[in-house]
Amino acid sequence: MSILVFIEHKDCVLNKASLEAVAAAQSIAKDTGLKVTAVIPCSKDCSLAQEISQYNLDKVIVAKNDKLNIYTPDGYADAWEQIIKQTNAQYVVMAHTYQVRDFAPKVAARFGKEIVGDCIRYTNNGGKLTFTRRIFLGKLDADVTIEGGAPYFVTFQSGSFRGDNAEKGSAQTETVEVDVKELRMTPEEPFQEAKASVDLTKSGIIVAVGRGIKSQENIAVAQALADALGADLAASRPICDAEWLPIDRQIGSSGQTVAPKVYIALGISGAIQHTVGMKNAGTIVAVNKDAEAPIFDIADYGIVGDLFEVVPTLVEEIKKAKS
Amino acid sequence: MKIIVLMKQVANKDAILRIGKDEKWIDESDISHQTNESDGYALEEALRLKEAKGEGEVIVCTLGAASAKTVLKDALARGADRGIHIIVNEPNKLSPFQIAKTIADAIGEESADLIFTGLQSDDASYGQTGVILAELLGIPHATIVIDLDRSSLGESLRLKRELESGWYQWFTYKLPALLTIQSGISQIRYASLKGIMAAKKKEIRDVTPGVEDYASAQKIEKVYLPLKTKQTQMLGDGDAKKGALELVEKLKTEVRVL
Ligand SMILES: Cc1cc2nc3c(=O)[nH]c(=O)nc-3n(C[C@H](O)[C@H](O)[C@H](O)COP(=O)(O)OP(=O)(O)OC[C@H]3O[C@@H](n4cnc5c(N)ncnc54)[C@H](O)[C@@H]3O)c2cc1C
Repeated sequence: MSILVFIEHKDCVLNKASLEAVAAAQSIAKDTGLKVTAVIPCSKDCSLAQEISQYNLDKVIVAKNDKLNIYTPDGYADAWEQIIKQTNAQYVVMAHTYQVRDFAPKVAARFGKEIVGDCIRYTNNGGKLTFTRRIFLGKLDADVTIEGGAPYFVTFQSGSFRGDNAEKGSAQTETVEVDVKELRMTPEEPFQEAKASVDLTKSGIIVAVGRGIKSQENIAVAQALADALGADLAASRPICDAEWLPIDRQIGSSGQTVAPKVYIALGISGAIQHTVGMKNAGTIVAVNKDAEAPIFDIADYGIVGDLFEVVPTLVEEIKKAKS
Repeated sequence: MKIIVLMKQVANKDAILRIGKDEKWIDESDISHQTNESDGYALEEALRLKEAKGEGEVIVCTLGAASAKTVLKDALARGADRGIHIIVNEPNKLSPFQIAKTIADAIGEESADLIFTGLQSDDASYGQTGVILAELLGIPHATIVIDLDRSSLGESLRLKRELESGWYQWFTYKLPALLTIQSGISQIRYASLKGIMAAKKKEIRDVTPGVEDYASAQKIEKVYLPLKTKQTQMLGDGDAKKGALELVEKLKTEVRVL
């Protein structure tokens, strides 16, 4: 019986989020007395196996089939189903990446199971694990236990464990040829859209607007603040979805990741998919009328109030201070 | 061509959430609701696909309490052809596998060519109901779909998935298939007056399901406000103007950007 941990990669290049999953699996191993096996689906004798074998793991399994050269949910589900059965896995631990979101529930469903997804931590109560998930877009936490028998499927949110805390060691590598049945989807090559016309990664100060800005006309309110500060304007996803600002101004897991000296969030609630893109800013300022908005949890300075009252005063005072 | 769109009623984004007495969910008794954000985009994309094809039927389906009927009525007013309401009084008590199984039982016989869902709900955020449903129905799925090549629709459909950090990928899927739709795939239409009138004549079929027990459920033990991890200096004591003045002072003296 073991804990399986998924190593995600593209053309044998590691997705670093998987090291966070390794750290999580190692931690669960300590609490349960189980051993950790890393699983790498690949079409080759994956060159990544060597790198992963230098972690404190019981084993590294390369699940091999020609059809695993490029990700498909059907291919990955077939591979995982066999590895889980063969290893009699107790836990399956993964990072909550977009790829994992795509195939993990399918694998779980084949075992009549579901995923305890996007967990931010877990606690051990005498061998019974309680997982904590963030719900309502970050406004509340829920402690969750899993009923029934193994395998248990758990995914962790980015940043819940530190990849550089994954323990080093040495593990054996093993290749397991897996069967992959018909693939009902044909993938093309992944690509990036034409280069973004604004590169916000170089901005010193960013003023970012969220749905609290209410309308396209009101963007001017935030623009005035950006102008006064010599800052760049950015936005949360709903603003770009509505085409009030172009998509290359979107910050977050699907947009740009920035770390300016100052990040001012106006009317942004602070959902994880937004905060992963800006939490490393030097100073974070949040203006939000909801005192419980999760953005305040990562802010250095917070103002609870209506941004349409706060921002004009800010602009006026900044202009005074600068003249 | 038949497209089923799954839509969910969730707490309004701006609603003040109060934790329920049993501490296992929010108190939904006097909260305002809305349609889950990405589900609205799922409906829009289904309507556009039908329009591009020039024929077909768009069926909206929700699993929820009586109040969730407004989600269906709104979708019918926007152009969906008929509705299915799987009536479950406390949907938050069901785990994702149970929800998927209950929906599979209710819609399986429709034999849709496509099933669209939003990519996750903004309340429980399980993000897996659609994927499990596809597996139970024996059809392929794609998640986080951000574009459709509508002209490609035939025995198969070409679609674009969002990957992380600005990467994308096109796939061609054999139909039938289930797609979970990402917000922003296209601009959502408003219901016209004509649409609202027409909706009154459209059928909504109520289904009262027998929800099966499910031994492997994830069980919410307790719901609470997240623990604070960072020391935040709160400025202005609730007075917006005072907050602004204090912030400028901080930007001058502590952050030193002015
Ligand atoms: C797979 C996936 C990928 C995603 N990628 C991204 C991404 O890259 N970037 C991203 O940003 N999001 C992304 N999201 C969406 C994310 O989950 C949130 O839905 C989104 O970030 C919310 O945007 P928001 O904070 O602007 O809106 P809301 O959550 O609606 O928050 C609006 C806030 O404004 C406040 N407010 C309202 N009026 C005022 C006022 N007058 N004055 C002050 N405050 C006010 C409210 O209190 C509220 O806190 C993604 C989601 C998924 C599932």
